[in-house]
Amino acid sequence: MNLLLIKPPLFIACLTPLAWYVWGAQADTLGANPIEAVTRGLGTWALNFLLITLTVTPLRKYSGWAWLGRLRRMLGLFAFFYAALHLGTYLWFDQFFDWPAIAKDILKRPFITVGVISFALLVPLAATSNAFAIRKLGGRRWQELHRSVYLIGLLAVLHYSWMVKADLSKPLIYAAIVGVLLGLRIWWRVQERKRQLAGAYLAKPRGRIIPIAVKKPASSDG
Amino acid sequence: MLIRRPHDIAPSDVTPRALFDRRREFLRLSAGAALAGMMPAAQAKLGPGRPSALSISEAPTPFKHVAGYNNYYEFGTDKEDPARTAHALRVRPWTLSIEGLVKQPKTLGIEDILKLAPLEERIYRMRCVEGWSMVIPWLGFPVATLLKQAEPLGSAKYVEFITAVQPETMPGVRSRVLDWPYVEGLRLDEAMHPLAIIAVGLYGDVLPNQNGAPLRLVVPWKYGFKSGKSIVRIRLTDSEPRTSWMKAGPREYGFYSNVNPEVDHPRWSQATERRIGEFSKRKTLMFNGYAEQVGQLYAGMDLRKQF
Repeated sequence: MNLLLIKPPLFIACLTPLAWYVWGAQADTLGANPIEAVTRGLGTWALNFLLITLTVTPLRKYSGWAWLGRLRRMLGLFAFFYAALHLGTYLWFDQFFDWPAIAKDILKRPFITVGVISFALLVPLAATSNAFAIRKLGGRRWQELHRSVYLIGLLAVLHYSWMVKADLSKPLIYAAIVGVLLGLRIWWRVQERKRQLAGAYLAKPRGRIIPIAVKKPASSDG
Repeated sequence: MLIRRPHDIAPSDVTPRALFDRRREFLRLSAGAALAGMMPAAQAKLGPGRPSALSISEAPTPFKHVAGYNNYYEFGTDKEDPARTAHALRVRPWTLSIEGLVKQPKTLGIEDILKLAPLEERIYRMRCVEGWSMVIPWLGFPVATLLKQAEPLGSAKYVEFITAVQPETMPGVRSRVLDWPYVEGLRLDEAMHPLAIIAVGLYGDVLPNQNGAPLRLVVPWKYGFKSGKSIVRIRLTDSEPRTSWMKAGPREYGFYSNVNPEVDHPRWSQATERRIGEFSKRKTLMFNGYAEQVGQLYAGMDLRKQF
């Protein structure tokens, strides 16, 4: 698969939500409260890209299309990009850079606190999304760091559900999707643990082995 | 600059409201009338209504926003839902009953209600609990005029407002977002305050369905959700009514729900608001700017506890 055929169009596609809001603001098609529409829309797209990023690995695993994995970094960086814009609209249009008020808001409003924590956790992931950082950290530590994306997914959905006034139907849909994506990881881990406990890795070693469970000898001392 | 200023003149200001609303019907009728060699009779307007000293002089929010950005959960929880779906609401025939602790229980038809009192134009601020606000030129008459029809008893202390449930026209009542029917309530002295009105129109014409046709409550010093839409029953009681929002979130929505910049919603600040059509935020005013008129209703009360 030639990624040069996929990456540029995908990059453009990832920018269309932003283009939609920029155009809508100019053309006055965002309704009575355009600022709220932009703020919420960018937040929704940050969450969408986060979930799309988390879908790459299962999709690659079950489809067998290994090249999908090479799109993951770009999609993850777009999640960060939209999250940064979402935070930016809050700081500017909602608070007008009134830093004492912002500090108070972050400390006092749980949904803002959770949103800011999610963003803060995204920053190191975005900063280490390059070959240099992977080399520097080493694959294993890099992977450990990037596992925090699961926590970020949960926090982002919590941020959304604590923001809505009464109708939880949309946050619940997101929660269900995150539940499936994270549930898959747990399932894989359980399967891997079983495989290792069964001694399968001793029978036919395949690639690099990271033991995550150690089988006790059947009877160590009489 | 990302956000462009709204147009100075809204399309709805250029086209007469009645025509804008019924443009398709107008075209259809016009075609028919042309064939018949006559023009349709002009639709009778409700307004403009008598000017009122209680009106404010701030610029009204354009009609397209007043009638296009609504919270009316029976028609969906997105702000654009009611304008899309509320046309189905059946507003005729419509009766309103006044019952409970009254000397003369009454059931009134909408035609009689419209004749109860001369209609006044009341230009009021409207502050939503979500942090946005509008200025709306309502058309209506005091709640007191309506309640006096039934002669409240001395034992009546509260007024409960019960709104319509039409499952066949209201897609939103299928989900249990709130406890239907939507119920709101006021203390009797609040309801009798001259600022509290029953609105039957806005911008000089009948209420659009999404704004609570055919008749709704407007209590401008309280958060918007206190002003129940499409009311069918009014009950006078001696105990505080439990409103739909109090049931949905007792920690977040109190019985009084007076606009108060110093008492925050547990999840967000109420200190500022965004006036629809404006870029910057405004400071929210105590009792939504009506402190002088209604402040004495709450003398001696701890507004943090009785929020």
